[in-house]
Amino acid sequence: MNRYLLPLLAVIVMIPIMVLGLGSDPSNLPSQYIGKPAPDFNLPMLTDPSRTVSTADLKGQVSLVNIWATWCVGCRAEHGFLMDLANSDIIPIYAINWRDNRPDALKFLSQLGNPYTASGFDGDGRVGIDWGVYGAPETFLINSEGMVVYRFTGPLNRMLWEQEFIPRIAELTN
Amino acid sequence: MKRLLSMLMLVFFATSVIAIDSGQAFDDPDLQARYEKLIAEVRCVTCQNQNIKDSSAFIAADLRREIRRMMGEGLSNDQIADFLVTRYGDFALYRPRYTGKTLILWITPFLLVFFGGIVIARIVRHRMTLSIDEVSDEGGPAQ
Repeated sequence: MNRYLLPLLAVIVMIPIMVLGLGSDPSNLPSQYIGKPAPDFNLPMLTDPSRTVSTADLKGQVSLVNIWATWCVGCRAEHGFLMDLANSDIIPIYAINWRDNRPDALKFLSQLGNPYTASGFDGDGRVGIDWGVYGAPETFLINSEGMVVYRFTGPLNRMLWEQEFIPRIAELTN
Repeated sequence: MKRLLSMLMLVFFATSVIAIDSGQAFDDPDLQARYEKLIAEVRCVTCQNQNIKDSSAFIAADLRREIRRMMGEGLSNDQIADFLVTRYGDFALYRPRYTGKTLILWITPFLLVFFGGIVIARIVRHRMTLSIDEVSDEGGPAQ
């Protein structure tokens, strides 16, 4: 009897650990900036290089920062939803056009619509690195003090929006 | 036959010839060696089981460029590791640093060896008290 006790105990300890491991998605990395100020940036505006978009623009309101590029399939997939979101006027959507080229990005926005309050142009990807971006699209929720509250990786849609963002935004605006 | 063989060679050895960063990053051989060692220990965050030395992903190229820039500015390996960890977490380093959060990674192997040793010692001690007959009953090799 006793000789089965130890292996049995080991199995009982291991099972929950393994179940946890199965349930978590290893490609979904947590952002290092949750609860911290959004990383500083100051980028030329995509639509008008003579103006800039910076962290200062994020203060004083709850906002989104969307990391996107024309080469990114997921960005195309979420674009329709971002347009709906922009039209409903719930929250300003700032953006970082990451590792892209300007003509392609401008064409993309003129064909599919521009949901962004302002999009910074980060052609060489330096700001992307500062933000800990590891793949577009990524969407950061920023509070009115300019702190990162949440990061979502992957294409957004209405269901995910209602599930992940609505409750957090409600909490911030209360 | 010779043609087939050379085709096969092409198929099997082609990938090992592809250089991601062709050319030297630094003229100084010491810096170059340090650079190569460093990029071999940084994980490519999009292609998670590759280091940034072997990866052709955008982000890996960007991280190599940032590391070259920081080395050019005279930053130490620790400072460069700090830069990466601030942005991507301990996950970005293949050789995690010794911190409270990574402690479990470093001590688990020793704990496993320790408890494994205890288990083996107990089994061995138990068997030493048995006679030969009992051991073969337990599934040991029959004489």
